[in-house]
Amino acid sequence: MIYFDNSATTRPYNEVLDSFVKVSSEFFGNPSSLHGLGLQAEKLLTQARTQVANLLSVKPTEIYFTSGGTESNNLAIKGTAMMHKNKGKHLILSSVEHPSVRGAMEQLQRLGFDITYLPADQNGRVMVEDVKASIRKDTILVSVMHVNNEVGTIQPIAEIGKLLRQYPTILFHVDAVQAVGKVPLNLTEDGVDLCSFSAHKFHGLKGTGALFIREGTRLGPLLSGGNQEWKVRSGTENVAGAVAMAKALRMTMVKGELGIEKMKRVKSLLREELARIDDLTINTPLENSAPHILNFSIKGVKAEVLIHTLEQTGIYLSTTSACSSKKQLPSQTLLAMGVPDDLADSAFRISLSYDNTEDEARIVIKAIEKGAKQLRKVMKLHEL
Amino acid sequence: MNYDRILIRYGEISTKGRNRKKFVDKLRKSVRIALASFPKIKIRAERDRMYVLVNGENVDEIIKSLKNIFGIQSLSPAIRVEKDLDQMKEAALSLVKSLYKEGQTFKISPKRSDKTFELDTSGINHTFGGYILENIPGIKVDVKNPDINLKIEVLSEAIYMSCENILGAGGLPVGSSGKAMLMLSGGIDSPVAGYLTMKRGVEIEAVHFFSPPYTSERSKEKVIDLAKKLAEIFGSMKLHIVPFTAIQQSIKEQIPENYSMTTTRRFMLRITDELRRKQEGLAIITGDNLGQVASQTLESMYAINDVTNTPILRPLLTMDKNDIIKIAKDIDTYDISIRPFEDCCTIFVPSSPKTKPKKEKVQHYESFFDYEPLIQEAVEKTEMLTIKPDSKEQPTEFEDLF
Repeated sequence: MIYFDNSATTRPYNEVLDSFVKVSSEFFGNPSSLHGLGLQAEKLLTQARTQVANLLSVKPTEIYFTSGGTESNNLAIKGTAMMHKNKGKHLILSSVEHPSVRGAMEQLQRLGFDITYLPADQNGRVMVEDVKASIRKDTILVSVMHVNNEVGTIQPIAEIGKLLRQYPTILFHVDAVQAVGKVPLNLTEDGVDLCSFSAHKFHGLKGTGALFIREGTRLGPLLSGGNQEWKVRSGTENVAGAVAMAKALRMTMVKGELGIEKMKRVKSLLREELARIDDLTINTPLENSAPHILNFSIKGVKAEVLIHTLEQTGIYLSTTSACSSKKQLPSQTLLAMGVPDDLADSAFRISLSYDNTEDEARIVIKAIEKGAKQLRKVMKLHEL
Repeated sequence: MNYDRILIRYGEISTKGRNRKKFVDKLRKSVRIALASFPKIKIRAERDRMYVLVNGENVDEIIKSLKNIFGIQSLSPAIRVEKDLDQMKEAALSLVKSLYKEGQTFKISPKRSDKTFELDTSGINHTFGGYILENIPGIKVDVKNPDINLKIEVLSEAIYMSCENILGAGGLPVGSSGKAMLMLSGGIDSPVAGYLTMKRGVEIEAVHFFSPPYTSERSKEKVIDLAKKLAEIFGSMKLHIVPFTAIQQSIKEQIPENYSMTTTRRFMLRITDELRRKQEGLAIITGDNLGQVASQTLESMYAINDVTNTPILRPLLTMDKNDIIKIAKDIDTYDISIRPFEDCCTIFVPSSPKTKPKKEKVQHYESFFDYEPLIQEAVEKTEMLTIKPDSKEQPTEFEDLF
């Protein structure tokens, strides 16, 4: 099996699974219980929080555990809107955001909030000048993802953060779900107030994630209940999940430097060789893109069909993002980049992990070339 | 820029006359502990300043650790150059270049203690200022408010150049003023009191009164976490956990309710004093803050203090609560202190404690029962923990899970 769909999800590390099982079976106390079992669970949770915070160079009190990227994004956006609506009702986001950001914004729009969508250039990149031009007196939040999940474009987070320093009442949210372990982010220096993480994108488990909330930033909670996580995220804490996430993050960071270099080599091999295939266009920009994502379109080849063809030979990749691939709509990101409809319709995404090799890349390149050739024959006949 | 050393200025120590050597040794020890995770560094302590030779370790990380050490007035990353004008010029230029951003200004601050050096201070200004102006297009001189201040110090053994002056924590090196016992409750005040005393060079051991089952393991954890924060300053700290349940129960039975708090505090002080004697400390530190609670009125303190002649240091006595909270936040103990668990001071609190207790009355009430054996037993059964600060390398009971 060659698994090239790591932006959809990663395979959990075995060590991470071991931790999850051990915590779930041996330290199953509720961290809110007063007795010793509760204390043990609370200690584990605190240690997980401290480890995650240390790895991200922030304070433990700035890490809030959630159920994953979608919840973190929703909490950041709606939480800001609920808490700060009296200051203003204007929100800014890029036109290439993940559906969980876009969807949360659309929901707020129906509640009377005003949304500005920032355009992206042909590389899928947001421009700082556009952020500046969109800012109004009643703007309360700017949300821009760090690494685009579909094409891998790295957004100018540091520059936007620098700009927003001049507007202390505007919160800056960054969806870093695709960036962790691939593109370093400096939350403090870049002036980020809120940042979303999801464990299953770095070999942790699904259903676990975190939101960084800068000290002093106030959010309205989405869930009412027992006031866990400093009243921001009620619900009995997922202790085993948090421990597993802390471990996955540590292992990912430890492997980081070598792993990123390795992914870069595999990606540039893929980029060079795939570009030689007839009618294949690379959509991922050469500059400012994450080392693990490569998006391309093959003219005249229906993406879904090629995916299934490759699957038969044990190769797994994806059509744009997994989250929207069942909707059968062309990728919003590619359209925002100005990719024509038909090419956006036949887009593929390869996404790597530290474990993928150049040998795997060579096999995949051949398989895509062969598959595309075959399919194009059939499809052309079909069209006739 | 490849800084090869960090220059440490002593500040207050330099006024210490004959004791200076002792102070410098203590500071050297503090620096060694704080930089234990950088095995390749070398420390050279001289009469007027100390150098940390970097030897390839991370300069920024070293500076971060040094900034918290008491006894350091300021520090500067620096490079050492031989007394050779060409070499000096190149070093000066690359140092300024490494910091220069377009449109910035600079000045040169020469200091020449080696009077045999071929250039005098204005000569140094001229030579190096001119060289930098020639080689960095656009840079300007501003002697009043420069963005970059290049210090060139000509000492007899070599020349040191540095551009940044980073403020240290001030104070005196820990351990240079002897040892004292800190009564550490788990509240906001006592860790701050400990911190401020340590800043004046005092080494501290903490004493905590623990009353299971009235107070929980969690309140003990909380105190251990506070001790860990304070332990960061000296690398480790002793924490004495006094079993206090029997005494508290018997006070509840024997002493009239409105005087029970006063007696409790008197016994705590007596026990702490015994521990101080055993550990050869010279004083006791409390987080008392005048007028904050019933035990902290002058009348109360007078009645409580009756049990010992040992100096009681109360660094927070006249401070405002908000200022105390600010320090607690700065030293990272605030969030630990506000964890909501019962401690020995809150669980047996009488509904209306005497704010103006009489010393004679409390002595009278205590005279009906022989507390001495209970106090001795508490002292004997006191558990002593050696607390090390939290660090990423330190193994924990759950280590394999992370």
